[in-house]
Amino acid sequence: MTTGLFLLVLLLIAVIAPFTRKYLKNQAGWTYAIWPFAGFIYYLSLLPAINQGAVLTESFEWIPALGINFSFYVDGFSMLFSLLVLGIGTFILVYAGYYMRPYPMKGRFLGYLLLFMTAMQGIVVSGNLITMFVFWELTSISSYLLIGYYHEKPEARASALQALLITGFGGLALLGGFVLLAIPYGSYELSYILASPDIIKNSNLYLPAFILIAIGAFTKSAQFPFHFWLPGAMTAPSPVSAFLHSATMVKAGVFLLARLNPVLGGTEIWSYTLTIFGVTTMFVGAWISVTQTDLKKILAYTTVSALGTLVLLIGTGTEYAINAAIIFLLVHALYKGTLFMMAGNIEKKTGTRDIRELGGLFKYMPFAAIVMSMALVSMAGVPPMLGFLGKELIYEASVAAPRAYWFILSLGFMTNVILVFLSLRLAIDIFWGKEPAYAKKPAEPALPLVLGPFFLVLASFVLGLFPHAMANPLTSKAITAISPMHDAIVLKLWHGFNLVLALSALTLLSGYLIFRSRHTLLPSIDNVNIRYFRREFTRVFFNLLDGFLVFTKLTTKTLQHGYHRFYLMTLFVVASVLVWVMIWRADPIMLELNFSDMPLNLVAVVALIIAATFSAVVSNSRVVALISMGVIGFGITIIFIAYSGVDLAITMIMVETLLVILAMTVVYHLPKYQNFSSTGARMRDTLVATLVGAFFMVLVLQAGTSSLEMPISEYFKEASYSLAYGRNIVNVILVDFRALDTLGEITVISIAALGIYSMIKLSKK
Amino acid sequence: MLFLLAILVGVLYGAAVYLLLRRNIFKLILGLIFLGHATNLLLFVAGGLTSGRPAFLRGLQGEAAGMSDPLPQALILTAIVIGLGVTAFALTLVYRFYKVTKTVDFDQLSENE
Repeated sequence: MTTGLFLLVLLLIAVIAPFTRKYLKNQAGWTYAIWPFAGFIYYLSLLPAINQGAVLTESFEWIPALGINFSFYVDGFSMLFSLLVLGIGTFILVYAGYYMRPYPMKGRFLGYLLLFMTAMQGIVVSGNLITMFVFWELTSISSYLLIGYYHEKPEARASALQALLITGFGGLALLGGFVLLAIPYGSYELSYILASPDIIKNSNLYLPAFILIAIGAFTKSAQFPFHFWLPGAMTAPSPVSAFLHSATMVKAGVFLLARLNPVLGGTEIWSYTLTIFGVTTMFVGAWISVTQTDLKKILAYTTVSALGTLVLLIGTGTEYAINAAIIFLLVHALYKGTLFMMAGNIEKKTGTRDIRELGGLFKYMPFAAIVMSMALVSMAGVPPMLGFLGKELIYEASVAAPRAYWFILSLGFMTNVILVFLSLRLAIDIFWGKEPAYAKKPAEPALPLVLGPFFLVLASFVLGLFPHAMANPLTSKAITAISPMHDAIVLKLWHGFNLVLALSALTLLSGYLIFRSRHTLLPSIDNVNIRYFRREFTRVFFNLLDGFLVFTKLTTKTLQHGYHRFYLMTLFVVASVLVWVMIWRADPIMLELNFSDMPLNLVAVVALIIAATFSAVVSNSRVVALISMGVIGFGITIIFIAYSGVDLAITMIMVETLLVILAMTVVYHLPKYQNFSSTGARMRDTLVATLVGAFFMVLVLQAGTSSLEMPISEYFKEASYSLAYGRNIVNVILVDFRALDTLGEITVISIAALGIYSMIKLSKK
Repeated sequence: MLFLLAILVGVLYGAAVYLLLRRNIFKLILGLIFLGHATNLLLFVAGGLTSGRPAFLRGLQGEAAGMSDPLPQALILTAIVIGLGVTAFALTLVYRFYKVTKTVDFDQLSENE
């Protein structure tokens, strides 16, 4: 009950937040944060039970016929993620409540944030693939609303649209993947799928399901070449960047891959795909970040790099790699959330986030400087911060990688060197470097703005200092949840002198050396980037989008050309060709030509109708055409009489007479009878007409030769007199058995009459 | 006779399709009428041809055997009447159409929109 109820209340708060903000005034942020914090405490209180091996499940029926339920599944991995989402979310709400004060529509902003929090928390506790998909799409939508929050800025709208289209495209692929994944199981329930991972691996649906799910995960987690939406999303306000685009939403793809690792993981294609995409993203992200100057862009590209690292580690799949993935996930969320919030603070206090225009801030905001520097120390992987443990494990995993370890190791090394360099650069250049002329004197940010960063850094510090006592219990069940065959490694700060420690030292040294020579190195790296690396992904994306729109316009124009006769022709040709294929395959019709049942008078009538038909079609005079129509109508009447359709004949005589008179009246008003078609068009149409006409001929022969039972008619014959007291069965059917149909028919005629009347009335004016 | 009537239905459908594909809106109406005739006849023939045994009861024992099938006839009767309504409406529409657009050519309509 609790997980579902918690989400429901969170959603409710999100819905009422825009309306209640004005009553809460500036207290809104922390008021709304109470509930997420309560959730944080609740999930933390589950820790002992979960470390005993408990898995909490609950289920609410939604569409039971399709196996779709609101199921929740909370194990160690879900719990760790819940703690991140709700813990960081609590601080973000406090931060955002204060940060957004000068902006309009604060209530709506907080509502979007809470909506996103609901969606993200929903993903991580989902126990049903479809439920997860629904929450997954909800994060895309709320992210769109949050990125486009400054909606009067065109670039914010463009970034929001870009993020939505890419993650939405991925979401669609994901749905397909989920459906394929569920087919061999016959169930969408996660607990069921996780219990028997071999079913999908032995199914030939494995490959398509994996590809689609990977597309979903890679787009969400900004893997190369889909990475560019994430730096674009930095147009969002800082609380959004800190929450969605560093700590939570972009980790959803990683979450999904890790969650399904027991089911889909371990195969060749899984390892290769994840390793290649992960390693590329890790390095490209880090490399591009070197020459960025916008503080948030730097952080965004390092986030891309971190996401690549996580995908790489999950793909590697060894014991060290899985341990490293979970620890690094925690490490990254803690320091990146801090850094983004601090970036927002710096921008707020100085009016810029271009690092070339920042410097010497330590004396204005010493507390903030220390907090942010600690986070950077964690990012650089220096003891005793948790970041050090993360980096050590990544190196351990790289050294022990089952394939291409030198490649992974060298790119991983370079990535970490870049991170060390960036940490040094951000800390020293911003807080101690040469002080530029600030427009207004910077000051220490207010308490709500540094509260979150402070606690996150504190967590990083404490967890790093007491890894065995604190970090291990928090993560061990998460590790075994996503990789049941592996154990959690006992974490410790000191590993003794070994290769990994040497690598760490070498990383720090190289990072420092690059930092020393940054003034000479950076311009040349920038040159390289501009010449070889600078692909304007955003521009390519929007070009592709424009191209797609042009393409759809073209296809729409071709298919929706506006000529009724070509629509009809398409229908006729397609339908008759399909039926012709069926006729071709069917048994040949046994045709018995029996001339004895062809009375000469009827043969003459048929011949007359056919002649009149040709006359009606080819005539150049409308009067001739209408007289021919009359001949056809009365000819058919004779056929009805000949074959016992007395009522039909009577009706036909009246209808035909009326129609000819009516048509004559209209013809009187119309212009000269013209022929608009060319000879070619007429030939083509004759061909189509022959195709359709011949098919109906065959249809009649088929229908006439295959005799079916007539149980319904027998009933009418029996009951006509005994029940309805009528001897004319056709009439009895019309006015008694099917009287309501006849009422409908009368209604149709009345409506037609009304329409005709009003049209003639209108034209009189 | 079935064979001849099959040819007749085919010819009527062919004429209907040919006329429906014309640009002249009046011919389109003719096509609509043809379509109605063709379909009525198709149903009639498919319901089985019975000579000289209308579906009337006179109260005799066992007379229902061999009687023509009343159900297709009831269906066709409804169709004929509805067809009249549709055709009359369409004819009036053509008349109005010409009054407003001063053309009976469909292509001119799509260009003038």
